[in-house]
Amino acid sequence: MAEEFWRWTESRWHDPDIDWKKGQVVSAGVDVGSVSSQAVVMVDGRLYCYSNTRTGSNSPDSAVKAMGMALEGTDLTIDDLPYTVGTGYGRVNVPFGQRAITEIACHGRGANFMYGPSIRTVLDMGGQDCKAIHVDEKGKVTNFLMNDKCAAGTGRGMEVFADLLGVSINDVGELSLKVEEEPEPVSSTCVVFAKSEASGLLRAGWPKEKVLAAYSSAMAHRVAGLLERIGVEPDFGITGGIAKNVGVVTRLEKEIGIKSLQSKYDSQIAGALGAALFAEALIKKGAKK
Amino acid sequence: MITAGIDIGSKTVKIVALKDAKEIVGQVMILAGTDVKESISKAWAELEKTAGVKPGDLAAIVATGAGKGDAVNARRTVTEVSADAKGANFLNPEVRTVIDVGAEEGRAIRIDAAGKVVDFAINEKCAAGAGAFTEAMARALEVEIKELGPLSLKSTQEVAMNAQCAVFAESELVTLVHAKTPKPDMARAVHNAISDRIVSMVRRVGMEEKVMLIGGVANNVGFLDSLQRDLNTTVIVPEDSESVSALGAAVLAAEEA
Repeated sequence: MAEEFWRWTESRWHDPDIDWKKGQVVSAGVDVGSVSSQAVVMVDGRLYCYSNTRTGSNSPDSAVKAMGMALEGTDLTIDDLPYTVGTGYGRVNVPFGQRAITEIACHGRGANFMYGPSIRTVLDMGGQDCKAIHVDEKGKVTNFLMNDKCAAGTGRGMEVFADLLGVSINDVGELSLKVEEEPEPVSSTCVVFAKSEASGLLRAGWPKEKVLAAYSSAMAHRVAGLLERIGVEPDFGITGGIAKNVGVVTRLEKEIGIKSLQSKYDSQIAGALGAALFAEALIKKGAKK
Repeated sequence: MITAGIDIGSKTVKIVALKDAKEIVGQVMILAGTDVKESISKAWAELEKTAGVKPGDLAAIVATGAGKGDAVNARRTVTEVSADAKGANFLNPEVRTVIDVGAEEGRAIRIDAAGKVVDFAINEKCAAGAGAFTEAMARALEVEIKELGPLSLKSTQEVAMNAQCAVFAESELVTLVHAKTPKPDMARAVHNAISDRIVSMVRRVGMEEKVMLIGGVANNVGFLDSLQRDLNTTVIVPEDSESVSALGAAVLAAEEA
Protein backbone atom coordinates (compact mmCIF):
# COMPACT_ATOMS: atom_id res chain seq x y z
CA MET A 1 0.00 0.00 0.00
CA ALA A 2 1.36 3.44 -0.87
CA GLU A 3 2.64 5.43 2.06
CA GLU A 4 0.29 8.22 3.08
CA PHE A 5 2.58 11.21 3.36
CA TRP A 6 -0.10 13.55 4.49
CA ARG A 7 -0.94 11.42 7.52
CA TRP A 8 0.49 13.18 10.56
CA THR A 9 0.85 11.26 13.83
CA GLU A 10 -2.01 11.29 16.27
CA SER A 11 -0.96 11.90 19.85
CA ARG A 12 -2.10 12.05 23.45
CA TRP A 13 -0.65 13.13 26.76
CA HIS A 14 -1.61 13.35 30.40
CA ASP A 15 0.00 14.82 33.49
CA PRO A 16 0.88 11.93 35.84
CA ASP A 17 1.23 14.31 38.81
CA ILE A 18 -2.40 15.39 38.82
CA ASP A 19 -5.04 13.33 40.60
CA TRP A 20 -8.32 14.50 39.13
CA LYS A 21 -10.31 13.04 42.02
CA LYS A 22 -8.67 15.57 44.34
CA GLY A 23 -9.53 18.49 42.07
CA GLN A 24 -12.31 21.03 42.75
CA VAL A 25 -13.30 21.67 39.16
CA VAL A 26 -12.84 19.19 36.34
CA SER A 27 -13.83 20.58 32.94
CA ALA A 28 -13.58 19.32 29.39
CA GLY A 29 -13.45 20.75 25.88
CA VAL A 30 -13.67 19.09 22.48
CA ASP A 31 -12.78 20.76 19.17
CA VAL A 32 -14.10 18.85 16.17
CA GLY A 33 -12.57 20.35 13.07
CA SER A 34 -12.87 19.30 9.46
CA VAL A 35 -9.41 17.75 9.43
CA SER A 36 -8.46 17.15 13.06
CA SER A 37 -10.18 16.81 16.44
CA GLN A 38 -8.77 17.53 19.87
CA ALA A 39 -10.02 16.83 23.39
CA VAL A 40 -8.76 18.53 26.55
CA VAL A 41 -9.51 17.95 30.23
CA MET A 42 -8.51 20.52 32.83
CA VAL A 43 -8.38 20.15 36.59
CA ASP A 44 -8.54 23.40 38.59
CA GLY A 45 -7.28 25.40 35.64
CA ARG A 46 -4.35 23.11 34.89
CA LEU A 47 -4.03 20.97 31.79
CA TYR A 48 -4.66 17.38 32.81
CA CYS A 49 -4.78 15.48 29.53
CA TYR A 50 -5.31 16.01 25.81
CA SER A 51 -5.40 14.24 22.46
CA ASN A 52 -4.84 15.26 18.87
CA THR A 53 -6.61 13.00 16.35
CA ARG A 54 -7.68 12.91 12.72
CA THR A 55 -11.38 13.66 12.16
CA GLY A 56 -13.18 10.80 10.48
CA SER A 57 -16.15 10.97 8.14
CA ASN A 58 -18.53 11.18 11.11
CA SER A 59 -18.39 14.08 13.60
CA PRO A 60 -19.96 12.47 16.70
CA ASP A 61 -17.65 9.45 16.35
CA SER A 62 -14.66 11.77 15.99
CA ALA A 63 -15.58 13.60 19.20
CA VAL A 64 -15.88 10.32 21.12
CA LYS A 65 -12.62 9.02 19.66
CA ALA A 66 -10.76 12.21 20.58
CA MET A 67 -11.98 12.19 24.17
CA GLY A 68 -11.44 8.47 24.53
CA MET A 69 -7.87 8.89 23.40
CA ALA A 70 -7.24 11.83 25.75
CA LEU A 71 -8.49 9.78 28.68
CA GLU A 72 -6.47 6.65 27.86
CA GLY A 73 -4.08 5.77 30.63
CA THR A 74 -6.05 7.80 33.17
CA ASP A 75 -8.83 6.45 35.34
CA LEU A 76 -11.18 9.18 34.22
CA THR A 77 -14.04 8.15 31.93
CA ILE A 78 -16.30 10.17 29.63
CA ASP A 79 -19.23 9.62 32.01
CA ASP A 80 -17.23 11.15 34.89
CA LEU A 81 -16.84 14.43 33.06
CA PRO A 82 -18.98 17.01 34.88
CA TYR A 83 -19.31 19.45 31.97
CA THR A 84 -18.05 19.50 28.40
CA VAL A 85 -18.06 22.31 25.86
CA GLY A 86 -17.83 21.51 22.17
CA THR A 87 -16.33 23.74 19.48
CA GLY A 88 -15.21 23.55 15.86
CA TYR A 89 -17.50 22.96 12.94
CA GLY A 90 -18.65 19.68 14.50
CA ARG A 91 -19.45 21.34 17.85
CA VAL A 92 -23.17 20.63 17.75
CA ASN A 93 -22.46 16.96 17.24
CA VAL A 94 -20.57 16.22 20.45
CA PRO A 95 -22.80 13.49 21.95
CA PHE A 96 -21.43 13.93 25.49
CA GLY A 97 -21.27 17.74 25.36
CA GLN A 98 -23.53 20.18 27.17
CA ARG A 99 -22.83 23.37 25.27
CA ALA A 100 -21.40 24.56 21.97
CA ILE A 101 -19.26 27.68 21.69
CA THR A 102 -17.76 29.11 18.50
CA GLU A 103 -14.18 28.28 17.62
CA ILE A 104 -13.25 31.94 17.33
CA ALA A 105 -14.14 32.53 20.98
CA CYS A 106 -12.47 29.28 22.07
CA HIS A 107 -9.29 30.02 20.16
CA GLY A 108 -9.11 33.44 21.78
CA ARG A 109 -9.39 31.97 25.28
CA GLY A 110 -7.13 29.05 24.47
CA ALA A 111 -4.40 31.26 23.05
CA ASN A 112 -4.58 33.53 26.10
CA PHE A 113 -3.91 30.46 28.27
CA MET A 114 -1.20 29.03 26.03
CA TYR A 115 0.66 32.24 25.37
CA GLY A 116 -0.16 34.37 28.36
CA PRO A 117 -2.28 37.51 28.75
CA SER A 118 0.09 39.66 26.69
CA ILE A 119 -1.16 38.08 23.48
CA ARG A 120 -3.19 40.39 21.25
CA THR A 121 -3.11 38.79 17.80
CA VAL A 122 -3.78 35.10 17.26
CA LEU A 123 -3.29 33.45 13.89
CA ASP A 124 -4.98 30.09 13.66
CA MET A 125 -3.87 28.07 10.66
CA GLY A 126 -6.13 25.08 10.68
CA GLY A 127 -6.94 22.17 8.44
CA GLN A 128 -9.37 23.93 6.16
CA ASP A 129 -9.45 27.51 7.31
CA CYS A 130 -7.25 30.34 8.43
CA LYS A 131 -8.25 32.91 11.03
CA ALA A 132 -6.72 36.13 12.31
CA ILE A 133 -8.13 37.02 15.74
CA HIS A 134 -7.63 40.09 17.96
CA VAL A 135 -8.04 39.48 21.69
CA ASP A 136 -7.88 41.53 24.86
CA GLU A 137 -5.90 40.65 27.99
CA LYS A 138 -8.61 38.20 29.07
CA GLY A 139 -8.62 36.38 25.76
CA LYS A 140 -11.91 37.92 24.70
CA VAL A 141 -12.27 38.40 20.95
CA THR A 142 -12.37 42.03 19.78
CA ASN A 143 -12.08 41.46 16.02
CA PHE A 144 -11.45 38.67 13.54
CA LEU A 145 -11.03 37.84 9.88
CA MET A 146 -11.35 34.40 8.37
CA ASN A 147 -10.76 32.54 5.15
CA ASP A 148 -12.63 29.28 4.99
CA LYS A 149 -13.42 29.18 1.30
CA CYS A 150 -10.03 28.50 -0.16
CA ALA A 151 -7.40 25.85 0.55
CA ALA A 152 -4.46 28.22 0.11
CA GLY A 153 -2.95 28.95 3.51
CA THR A 154 -4.52 25.90 5.14
CA GLY A 155 -3.31 22.53 6.33
CA ARG A 156 -5.06 20.76 3.45
CA GLY A 157 -2.96 22.76 1.03
CA MET A 158 0.23 21.62 2.74
CA GLU A 159 -1.02 18.02 2.83
CA VAL A 160 -1.57 18.13 -0.93
CA PHE A 161 2.04 19.23 -1.37
CA ALA A 162 3.44 16.65 1.02
CA ASP A 163 1.64 14.02 -1.02
CA LEU A 164 2.86 15.42 -4.34
CA LEU A 165 6.47 15.48 -3.21
CA GLY A 166 6.36 12.21 -1.32
CA VAL A 167 7.58 13.88 1.88
CA SER A 168 6.04 13.16 5.27
CA ILE A 169 3.93 16.11 6.47
CA ASN A 170 5.96 16.10 9.69
CA ASP A 171 9.12 16.87 7.73
CA VAL A 172 7.99 19.43 5.17
CA GLY A 173 8.76 22.45 7.34
CA GLU A 174 12.36 21.59 8.11
CA LEU A 175 13.01 20.38 4.59
CA SER A 176 11.81 23.67 3.10
CA LEU A 177 14.52 25.51 5.01
CA LYS A 178 17.34 23.44 3.53
CA VAL A 179 17.82 25.80 0.61
CA GLU A 180 20.84 28.02 0.11
CA GLU A 181 18.89 30.74 -1.57
CA GLU A 182 15.21 31.49 -1.21
CA PRO A 183 13.52 30.74 -4.58
CA GLU A 184 10.69 32.81 -6.07
CA PRO A 185 7.39 31.80 -4.47
CA VAL A 186 5.04 29.78 -6.68
CA SER A 187 2.98 32.27 -8.63
CA SER A 188 -0.42 30.90 -7.82
CA THR A 189 -2.02 30.97 -4.41
CA CYS A 190 -4.50 28.34 -5.55
CA VAL A 191 -3.41 24.93 -4.30
CA VAL A 192 -4.60 23.19 -7.47
CA PHE A 193 -2.65 25.54 -9.73
CA ALA A 194 0.34 25.65 -7.41
CA LYS A 195 0.39 21.86 -7.59
CA SER A 196 0.61 21.89 -11.41
CA GLU A 197 3.24 24.58 -11.18
CA ALA A 198 5.20 22.45 -8.71
CA SER A 199 4.99 19.40 -10.99
CA GLY A 200 6.54 21.52 -13.72
CA LEU A 201 9.31 22.66 -11.39
CA LEU A 202 10.10 19.10 -10.39
CA ARG A 203 10.30 18.09 -14.04
CA ALA A 204 12.64 21.01 -14.64
CA GLY A 205 14.94 19.44 -12.07
CA TRP A 206 14.11 21.42 -8.94
CA PRO A 207 14.91 19.44 -5.78
CA LYS A 208 12.08 18.85 -3.33
CA GLU A 209 13.49 21.35 -0.81
CA LYS A 210 13.35 24.12 -3.35
CA VAL A 211 9.77 23.33 -4.40
CA LEU A 212 8.73 23.23 -0.74
CA ALA A 213 10.49 26.52 -0.13
CA ALA A 214 8.65 28.10 -3.08
CA TYR A 215 5.29 26.85 -1.87
CA SER A 216 5.85 27.69 1.80
CA SER A 217 6.85 31.16 0.72
CA ALA A 218 3.63 31.61 -1.26
CA MET A 219 1.60 30.31 1.68
CA ALA A 220 3.31 32.62 4.15
CA HIS A 221 2.68 35.54 1.82
CA ARG A 222 -1.00 34.75 1.52
CA VAL A 223 -1.44 34.43 5.26
CA ALA A 224 0.52 37.64 5.84
CA GLY A 225 -2.02 39.32 3.57
CA LEU A 226 -4.87 38.15 5.79
CA LEU A 227 -3.04 39.39 8.90
CA GLU A 228 -2.25 42.74 7.38
CA ARG A 229 -5.92 43.30 6.60
CA ILE A 230 -6.76 43.14 10.28
CA GLY A 231 -3.45 44.50 11.57
CA VAL A 232 -0.88 42.70 13.71
CA GLU A 233 -0.65 44.00 17.25
CA PRO A 234 1.99 42.40 19.45
CA ASP A 235 2.21 40.04 21.11
CA PHE A 236 1.56 37.61 18.30
CA GLY A 237 0.99 33.86 18.54
CA ILE A 238 0.15 31.07 16.11
CA THR A 239 -2.20 28.15 16.76
CA GLY A 240 -3.28 25.21 14.66
CA GLY A 241 -1.29 22.54 12.88
CA ILE A 242 0.73 24.81 10.65
CA ALA A 243 2.27 26.45 13.73
CA LYS A 244 4.38 23.28 13.75
CA ASN A 245 5.65 23.98 10.24
CA VAL A 246 8.87 25.87 10.87
CA GLY A 247 9.24 26.62 7.14
CA VAL A 248 5.98 28.57 6.93
CA VAL A 249 6.35 30.16 10.38
CA THR A 250 9.84 31.60 9.84
CA ARG A 251 8.88 33.00 6.44
CA LEU A 252 5.70 34.51 7.85
CA GLU A 253 7.53 36.10 10.79
CA LYS A 254 10.02 37.60 8.38
CA GLU A 255 7.29 39.05 6.20
CA ILE A 256 5.25 40.66 8.97
CA GLY A 257 8.31 41.64 10.97
CA ILE A 258 7.13 40.12 14.24
CA LYS A 259 8.16 36.90 15.92
CA SER A 260 5.52 34.56 17.25
CA LEU A 261 5.51 33.74 20.97
CA GLN A 262 6.51 30.22 21.97
CA SER A 263 4.33 27.95 24.07
CA LYS A 264 5.01 24.68 25.84
CA TYR A 265 1.57 23.45 24.78
CA ASP A 266 0.69 21.69 21.51
CA SER A 267 -0.47 24.40 19.09
CA GLN A 268 -3.34 22.27 17.86
CA ILE A 269 -5.16 22.13 21.19
CA ALA A 270 -5.91 25.86 21.45
CA GLY A 271 -9.57 25.45 20.50
CA ALA A 272 -10.23 22.54 22.84
CA LEU A 273 -8.31 24.31 25.63
CA GLY A 274 -10.46 27.38 25.23
CA ALA A 275 -13.55 25.19 25.29
CA ALA A 276 -12.40 23.52 28.51
CA LEU A 277 -11.74 26.95 30.04
CA PHE A 278 -15.26 28.07 29.13
CA ALA A 279 -16.56 24.85 30.68
CA GLU A 280 -14.65 25.63 33.87
CA ALA A 281 -16.14 29.12 34.05
CA LEU A 282 -19.64 27.72 33.48
CA ILE A 283 -19.20 25.08 36.21
CA LYS A 284 -18.11 27.79 38.65
CA LYS A 285 -21.32 29.66 37.80
CA GLY A 286 -23.34 26.59 38.70
CA ALA A 287 -23.76 24.85 35.34
CA LYS A 288 -24.36 21.14 35.60
CA LYS A 289 -24.80 18.21 33.22
CA MET B 1 -4.77 34.08 -48.59
CA ILE B 2 -4.50 31.79 -45.62
CA THR B 3 -3.99 33.00 -42.06
CA ALA B 4 -3.73 31.04 -38.83
CA GLY B 5 -4.43 31.51 -35.19
CA ILE B 6 -2.63 29.48 -32.53
CA ASP B 7 -4.05 29.20 -29.02
CA ILE B 8 -1.51 27.88 -26.53
CA GLY B 9 -3.63 26.93 -23.55
CA SER B 10 -2.65 25.42 -20.24
CA LYS B 11 -3.87 22.01 -21.29
CA THR B 12 -4.04 21.95 -25.10
CA VAL B 13 -2.59 23.72 -28.12
CA LYS B 14 -5.02 24.57 -30.92
CA ILE B 15 -4.35 25.89 -34.42
CA VAL B 16 -6.98 27.01 -36.92
CA ALA B 17 -6.13 27.87 -40.52
CA LEU B 18 -8.53 30.22 -42.26
CA LYS B 19 -8.77 30.90 -46.00
CA ASP B 20 -9.74 34.39 -47.18
CA ALA B 21 -11.08 35.16 -43.73
CA LYS B 22 -14.06 32.94 -44.54
CA GLU B 23 -13.37 29.22 -44.70
CA ILE B 24 -11.72 27.00 -42.12
CA VAL B 25 -9.24 24.87 -44.06
CA GLY B 26 -7.34 23.27 -41.21
CA GLN B 27 -7.77 22.64 -37.51
CA VAL B 28 -5.71 20.74 -34.94
CA MET B 29 -5.67 20.24 -31.20
CA ILE B 30 -2.99 18.45 -29.23
CA LEU B 31 -2.18 18.08 -25.54
CA ALA B 32 0.21 20.75 -24.28
CA GLY B 33 2.21 18.29 -22.22
CA THR B 34 5.30 19.19 -20.27
CA ASP B 35 7.32 20.81 -23.05
CA VAL B 36 5.37 23.68 -24.56
CA LYS B 37 7.77 24.38 -27.42
CA GLU B 38 7.69 20.75 -28.44
CA SER B 39 3.89 20.72 -28.36
CA ILE B 40 3.77 23.78 -30.59
CA SER B 41 6.03 22.08 -33.16
CA LYS B 42 3.89 18.97 -32.97
CA ALA B 43 0.76 21.04 -33.57
CA TRP B 44 2.23 22.65 -36.69
CA ALA B 45 3.40 19.26 -37.95
CA GLU B 46 -0.09 17.87 -37.41
CA LEU B 47 -1.61 20.79 -39.34
CA GLU B 48 0.72 20.12 -42.25
CA LYS B 49 -0.11 16.43 -42.21
CA THR B 50 -3.89 16.84 -42.07
CA ALA B 51 -4.42 20.05 -44.03
CA GLY B 52 -1.24 20.46 -46.03
CA VAL B 53 -0.70 23.90 -44.48
CA LYS B 54 2.78 24.99 -43.39
CA PRO B 55 3.73 28.14 -41.43
CA GLY B 56 5.51 29.39 -44.55
CA ASP B 57 2.24 29.32 -46.53
CA LEU B 58 0.56 31.72 -44.19
CA ALA B 59 0.08 35.42 -44.75
CA ALA B 60 -0.10 36.03 -41.01
CA ILE B 61 -0.10 34.08 -37.76
CA VAL B 62 -1.50 35.43 -34.52
CA ALA B 63 -1.00 33.75 -31.15
CA THR B 64 -3.17 33.77 -28.05
CA GLY B 65 -3.57 31.74 -24.87
CA ALA B 66 -1.59 31.46 -21.63
CA GLY B 67 1.52 30.36 -23.51
CA LYS B 68 1.32 32.85 -26.36
CA GLY B 69 4.78 34.16 -25.54
CA ASP B 70 6.22 30.84 -26.69
CA ALA B 71 4.79 31.04 -30.20
CA VAL B 72 7.98 31.84 -32.12
CA ASN B 73 6.47 32.01 -35.57
CA ALA B 74 3.57 34.25 -34.69
CA ARG B 75 3.79 37.80 -35.92
CA ARG B 76 1.90 39.16 -32.95
CA THR B 77 -0.12 38.14 -29.93
CA VAL B 78 -3.62 39.07 -28.87
CA THR B 79 -5.42 38.65 -25.58
CA GLU B 80 -7.56 35.57 -25.09
CA VAL B 81 -10.54 37.80 -24.45
CA SER B 82 -10.32 39.50 -27.85
CA ALA B 83 -9.67 36.19 -29.60
CA ASP B 84 -12.72 34.64 -27.91
CA ALA B 85 -14.84 37.62 -28.94
CA LYS B 86 -13.80 37.48 -32.60
CA GLY B 87 -14.14 33.74 -32.82
CA ALA B 88 -17.66 33.74 -31.38
CA ASN B 89 -18.70 36.60 -33.64
CA PHE B 90 -17.34 34.79 -36.71
CA LEU B 91 -19.41 31.71 -35.92
CA ASN B 92 -22.56 33.62 -35.08
CA PRO B 93 -22.81 37.41 -35.41
CA GLU B 94 -25.90 37.46 -33.20
CA VAL B 95 -23.89 36.45 -30.14
CA ARG B 96 -23.50 39.18 -27.54
CA THR B 97 -22.27 37.18 -24.52
CA VAL B 98 -19.40 34.73 -24.70
CA ILE B 99 -18.61 32.33 -21.88
CA ASP B 100 -15.27 30.56 -22.15
CA VAL B 101 -14.48 27.85 -19.63
CA GLY B 102 -11.05 26.38 -20.18
CA ALA B 103 -8.80 24.11 -18.19
CA GLU B 104 -7.55 26.76 -15.82
CA GLU B 105 -9.39 29.95 -16.61
CA GLY B 106 -12.98 31.05 -16.89
CA ARG B 107 -14.14 34.17 -18.75
CA ALA B 108 -17.40 36.02 -19.34
CA ILE B 109 -17.26 38.51 -22.21
CA ARG B 110 -19.81 40.90 -23.64
CA ILE B 111 -19.30 41.78 -27.27
CA ASP B 112 -20.82 44.02 -29.89
CA ALA B 113 -22.08 43.19 -33.41
CA ALA B 114 -18.56 43.48 -34.82
CA GLY B 115 -17.08 41.07 -32.29
CA LYS B 116 -15.37 43.79 -30.28
CA VAL B 117 -15.09 43.44 -26.53
CA VAL B 118 -17.47 45.65 -24.54
CA ASP B 119 -16.80 44.26 -21.04
CA PHE B 120 -15.30 41.15 -19.50
CA ALA B 121 -14.65 39.30 -16.25
CA ILE B 122 -11.97 36.67 -15.74
CA ASN B 123 -11.20 34.11 -13.12
CA GLU B 124 -7.63 32.94 -13.35
CA LYS B 125 -6.90 32.60 -9.65
CA CYS B 126 -9.14 29.79 -8.58
CA ALA B 127 -9.30 26.27 -9.94
CA ALA B 128 -12.91 25.89 -8.87
CA GLY B 129 -14.07 28.12 -11.71
CA ALA B 130 -12.46 26.09 -14.49
CA GLY B 131 -11.98 22.65 -15.97
CA ALA B 132 -9.43 21.75 -13.29
CA PHE B 133 -12.40 21.52 -10.93
CA THR B 134 -14.43 19.04 -12.96
CA GLU B 135 -11.31 16.99 -13.63
CA ALA B 136 -10.51 16.74 -9.93
CA MET B 137 -14.09 15.81 -9.15
CA ALA B 138 -14.18 13.16 -11.87
CA ARG B 139 -11.06 11.65 -10.29
CA ALA B 140 -12.66 11.72 -6.85
CA LEU B 141 -15.74 9.98 -8.25
CA GLU B 142 -13.56 7.52 -10.17
CA VAL B 143 -15.28 8.40 -13.44
CA GLU B 144 -13.73 9.32 -16.81
CA ILE B 145 -14.01 13.07 -17.40
CA LYS B 146 -16.01 12.53 -20.58
CA GLU B 147 -18.49 10.38 -18.66
CA LEU B 148 -19.10 12.98 -15.97
CA GLY B 149 -21.57 15.01 -18.03
CA PRO B 150 -23.83 12.16 -19.21
CA LEU B 151 -23.70 10.64 -15.71
CA SER B 152 -24.98 13.82 -14.10
CA LEU B 153 -27.99 13.94 -16.40
CA LYS B 154 -29.19 10.72 -14.75
CA SER B 155 -29.48 12.47 -11.40
CA THR B 156 -32.81 12.13 -9.59
CA GLN B 157 -32.24 14.48 -6.68
CA GLU B 158 -30.36 17.64 -5.79
CA VAL B 159 -27.49 17.23 -3.39
CA ALA B 160 -25.89 20.35 -1.97
CA MET B 161 -22.19 20.96 -2.29
CA ASN B 162 -20.96 23.58 0.15
CA ALA B 163 -17.28 23.77 -0.59
CA GLN B 164 -16.17 26.64 -2.82
CA CYS B 165 -12.69 25.28 -3.27
CA ALA B 166 -11.70 22.34 -5.46
CA VAL B 167 -9.49 20.91 -2.71
CA PHE B 168 -12.28 21.06 -0.12
CA ALA B 169 -14.87 19.87 -2.62
CA GLU B 170 -12.82 16.75 -3.19
CA SER B 171 -12.91 16.00 0.56
CA GLU B 172 -16.61 16.80 0.61
CA LEU B 173 -17.21 14.33 -2.23
CA VAL B 174 -15.36 11.66 -0.29
CA THR B 175 -17.75 12.23 2.62
CA LEU B 176 -20.73 11.98 0.27
CA VAL B 177 -19.33 8.78 -1.18
CA HIS B 178 -19.08 7.34 2.36
CA ALA B 179 -22.71 8.31 2.88
CA LYS B 180 -23.55 6.23 -0.21
CA THR B 181 -24.83 9.19 -2.24
CA PRO B 182 -25.63 8.04 -5.80
CA LYS B 183 -22.92 9.05 -8.27
CA PRO B 184 -25.25 10.82 -10.73
CA ASP B 185 -26.47 13.09 -7.91
CA MET B 186 -22.90 13.93 -6.90
CA ALA B 187 -21.95 14.59 -10.51
CA ARG B 188 -24.87 16.96 -10.84
CA ALA B 189 -23.84 18.76 -7.62
CA VAL B 190 -20.39 19.24 -9.14
CA HIS B 191 -21.82 20.87 -12.25
CA ASN B 192 -24.20 23.05 -10.26
CA ALA B 193 -21.27 24.25 -8.17
CA ILE B 194 -19.08 25.27 -11.07
CA SER B 195 -22.03 26.73 -12.96
CA ASP B 196 -22.80 28.90 -9.94
CA ARG B 197 -19.36 30.43 -10.07
CA ILE B 198 -19.41 30.97 -13.83
CA VAL B 199 -22.84 32.58 -13.62
CA SER B 200 -21.72 35.10 -11.00
CA MET B 201 -19.01 36.17 -13.45
CA VAL B 202 -21.61 36.47 -16.22
CA ARG B 203 -23.82 38.60 -13.98
CA ARG B 204 -20.88 40.92 -13.34
CA VAL B 205 -20.70 41.81 -17.03
CA GLY B 206 -24.42 41.43 -17.61
CA MET B 207 -25.99 38.84 -19.90
CA GLU B 208 -27.30 39.79 -23.31
CA GLU B 209 -28.73 37.34 -25.86
CA LYS B 210 -27.48 35.44 -27.67
CA VAL B 211 -25.17 33.53 -25.35
CA MET B 212 -22.41 31.24 -26.58
CA LEU B 213 -20.35 28.79 -24.54
CA ILE B 214 -16.85 27.85 -25.69
CA GLY B 215 -13.75 26.17 -24.30
CA GLY B 216 -13.17 22.55 -23.35
CA VAL B 217 -15.76 22.46 -20.58
CA ALA B 218 -18.45 23.34 -23.15
CA ASN B 219 -18.32 19.68 -24.15
CA ASN B 220 -19.65 18.73 -20.73
CA VAL B 221 -23.40 18.24 -21.19
CA GLY B 222 -23.93 18.24 -17.43
CA PHE B 223 -22.29 21.63 -17.06
CA LEU B 224 -24.29 22.97 -20.01
CA ASP B 225 -27.50 21.78 -18.39
CA SER B 226 -26.70 23.48 -15.07
CA LEU B 227 -25.61 26.65 -16.87
CA GLN B 228 -28.76 26.89 -18.97
CA ARG B 229 -30.93 26.42 -15.90
CA ASP B 230 -29.03 29.04 -13.92
CA LEU B 231 -29.09 31.58 -16.74
CA ASN B 232 -32.63 30.62 -17.70
CA THR B 233 -31.78 30.66 -21.39
CA THR B 234 -30.60 28.45 -24.23
CA VAL B 235 -26.87 28.59 -24.68
CA ILE B 236 -25.24 28.02 -28.08
CA VAL B 237 -22.37 25.55 -28.10
CA PRO B 238 -20.46 25.43 -31.38
CA GLU B 239 -18.78 22.30 -32.69
CA ASP B 240 -15.09 22.27 -31.76
CA SER B 241 -15.73 24.64 -28.89
CA GLU B 242 -12.10 24.49 -27.79
CA SER B 243 -10.86 25.96 -31.05
CA VAL B 244 -12.95 29.12 -31.07
CA SER B 245 -10.18 31.21 -29.53
CA ALA B 246 -7.66 30.04 -32.13
CA LEU B 247 -10.28 30.77 -34.81
CA GLY B 248 -10.68 34.28 -33.45
CA ALA B 249 -6.92 34.76 -33.62
CA ALA B 250 -6.97 33.57 -37.24
CA VAL B 251 -9.70 36.12 -38.04
CA LEU B 252 -7.67 38.88 -36.38
CA ALA B 253 -4.66 37.75 -38.39
CA ALA B 254 -6.71 38.14 -41.60
CA GLU B 255 -7.81 41.64 -40.62
CA GLU B 256 -4.29 42.87 -40.62
CA ALA B 257 -2.79 40.77 -43.43
